[in-house]
Amino acid sequence: MTQPSRSPITVRLTRYFFVLFPGVFLVLAGAWSAFQMEEHGHVITGMNNQVVWGLPHVFAIFLIVSASGILNVASMGSVFGQPVYKARAPLSGLLAIAMLAAGLSVLMLDLGRPDRVVLAATTYNVTSVFAWNVLLYSGLFATVLMYLWTLLDRTMGKWTKPAGILVFVWRFILTSGTGLIFAFLVARQAYGSALLPPMFIVMSFAWGMSVFLLVQSGVLWWHHLPLEPAILKRMKNLLALFVLAVLYLVAIYHMTNLYFSRQAAFERFILLDGGTATLSFWLGYVLLGTLLPIVLLLTPLSARVCNVLMASFFVLIGAFSFLYTFIVGGQEFPLLVFTGYKVHSSFGDGMIASYTPSLYEWLLGLGGLGVAFVITVIGLGLFNFLPRDVVEKASVSG
Amino acid sequence: MSDKCAQSRRNFLSRGAALTAAVAIAPGILLYDFARARPVGEPASGKVRWGMLIDTTQCESGCDECVQACNRENALGSDTGATAPQWIRKVDLEQEGSGKKLSLPMMCQHCAEPPCVEVCPTGASFKRADGIVLVDKHRCIGCRYCMMACPFEARSFVHEPVLDHSGATPRGKGTVESCTLCVHRVDEGRLPACVEACSKSGHQAILFGDLSDPASEISKRILSVTPTHLRADLNLGTGVSYLGLESS
Amino acid sequence: MFVGMPMKVWRFWWYLMGTSCLVWTMSLQAAVPPLDLDIGLGGHCVDDPQYMRLNHMKLLLKQRDETVRQGIRGGKYSLAKCVDCHASKVNHSVLGTDRNFCQGCHVYASVKIDCFECHSSSPTVHTLRRQAAVESHKE
Ligand code: SF4
Repeated sequence: MTQPSRSPITVRLTRYFFVLFPGVFLVLAGAWSAFQMEEHGHVITGMNNQVVWGLPHVFAIFLIVSASGILNVASMGSVFGQPVYKARAPLSGLLAIAMLAAGLSVLMLDLGRPDRVVLAATTYNVTSVFAWNVLLYSGLFATVLMYLWTLLDRTMGKWTKPAGILVFVWRFILTSGTGLIFAFLVARQAYGSALLPPMFIVMSFAWGMSVFLLVQSGVLWWHHLPLEPAILKRMKNLLALFVLAVLYLVAIYHMTNLYFSRQAAFERFILLDGGTATLSFWLGYVLLGTLLPIVLLLTPLSARVCNVLMASFFVLIGAFSFLYTFIVGGQEFPLLVFTGYKVHSSFGDGMIASYTPSLYEWLLGLGGLGVAFVITVIGLGLFNFLPRDVVEKASVSG
Repeated sequence: MSDKCAQSRRNFLSRGAALTAAVAIAPGILLYDFARARPVGEPASGKVRWGMLIDTTQCESGCDECVQACNRENALGSDTGATAPQWIRKVDLEQEGSGKKLSLPMMCQHCAEPPCVEVCPTGASFKRADGIVLVDKHRCIGCRYCMMACPFEARSFVHEPVLDHSGATPRGKGTVESCTLCVHRVDEGRLPACVEACSKSGHQAILFGDLSDPASEISKRILSVTPTHLRADLNLGTGVSYLGLESS
Repeated sequence: MFVGMPMKVWRFWWYLMGTSCLVWTMSLQAAVPPLDLDIGLGGHCVDDPQYMRLNHMKLLLKQRDETVRQGIRGGKYSLAKCVDCHASKVNHSVLGTDRNFCQGCHVYASVKIDCFECHSSSPTVHTLRRQAAVESHKE
């Protein structure tokens, strides 16, 4: 064992379960709320016939997109041969698996008939982007597991690079696939844009990096290992770059929408008078999730480790805010069916729909975070996923 | 480019409309222009394409006989809350500028190329050989992707356990549903419930029939008018079309 | 913990397990009374009853897909027909108590049915009308 911690095993185990416990608690809460939704139907959620995808989708898509982004760390190590990242590849693989599993669980439990989910594999519809994603997600599991195997088993070392390349290509397609889920919805003003796949890819970089930085510091702290300032500096510069790239693409996405007169009313809604959706865009995504992190990362403030971590945290707040505006706000705005007419009906035509997430949806989403947490903690307990350079240094000096 | 594409993909309906000027047929709507049920044991035929022509000039604002008939037929209840099912709804329109008022029933448009069918991961959403778009609720997993894809918000999600099973269409919690064009009645040679109710109420706003049969009343009528297809820009080949609606 | 156990002990263990299982199953059979179902109207089933007992699920599934997806009407094995003949005369349903036709047997065999989450468990106006329509076409 390279762990420098010298406390007796019982103390270590107690501490370990103490950390695991909150995660397990969240998972149980999520399971309970999924059970309630199954029992009573979606009527107990805030979702309705206009806003059909709610908070669970925000959590699920966040988890899945970040999972793919976290693999960026692994790719930079194994595909582009950067030693700093290579040392962190195992942790990145573990986190990716944990978040993917979590995201998929949330997505599945939010189905109307989760008991039938196997039908998505047995009666497969080849034209459906959703169905492609089922393949992409399960494929990513397989490829990442394979990749982790080549990393953890020394005899498999020579396969690391090919496996790394496979993971790299696969997650690229997967994130595009997630973007395509929306890009194919041509009927809706908010979606149906060719910009979405690249936008999701860049987002995955930023979000994945933030999650990675936070988890890495947590793990090192836990093992009383130091966080190398030089390494952190490299990673934080990259994070800043990603955050700026996301901002750029989001700006283009809204600008192209403004350019098409058909979309103008929708943009007005999202950017000006969409209530929660607008607030979460400007306050959550732009201010807290983009500008604040950029200040924290690119000014002298970034010299302090805690500021970098704070920036990562706020990037994640921005991620949730963005997805909320994108998914919920995008559905709240009514579909334009009759151009040139003011419309009114009993089914919400011409009216802004409303959506307030219920406790069940929050618990289901948080339960997803719990699943990711529990898998990560268990993985860390069973295998050696620590950044290797830090560990080696510590054992040399210690 | 998109025009050419539109031309090739547009169904025969619009092509029929293009011939309008040449063929003039005496106006007048014969409602019961088909009365033969498909024989027992025979599958729905691809030679038939069921559709509707809705004449908004005959439809009265405030009248919701069609909606009520649908709710009765399928035991949907009359709740119009945000989570309640509505397979057909009345939409009131007011033209911007002229202020001209219109009213029309809106339901699944039974597209020739339905986006819901394209996106459905399990193949639960499907189009029957005779053009009726349905949800096979035995296969639906309730992902609601079809509701996201539908340009007409024609679908409802069953948010609660269904207690009243007296309707003609089996329905259940956690699946998506929409207008079936009263497939159970059509197969028996009867008219959809909304069509029957509309005519009974003294309005003759909905004409139902086989768009593939040149001798059917609906085909003949379409030759003499220029119907509007909703979201024609998407080239869906909708089986339902409207009269008296200016598309812009 | 079990690694060092001598072979003899193992054999005895398995013997004990086997016999208790046997005794347990036998006691179960003794405890469950023979099935006493309320078959409603009853009469001639659409096929040999024993055949139906064994195969109704497959037949229903096949016909269900043909009807829903291809539009083939008037098939022989219809769930609505099961209900029409076998709804209890007491509560007009195939469900309700462990004596009712569908529920009774499914409880006995402990197999979950979810047909009736969507389908009616009592004869409805619609099934009656459908029957009438089919009959009139046959003539
Ligand atoms: S909700 Fe049902 S019908 Fe709609 S896309 Fe999903 S599985 Fe298909």
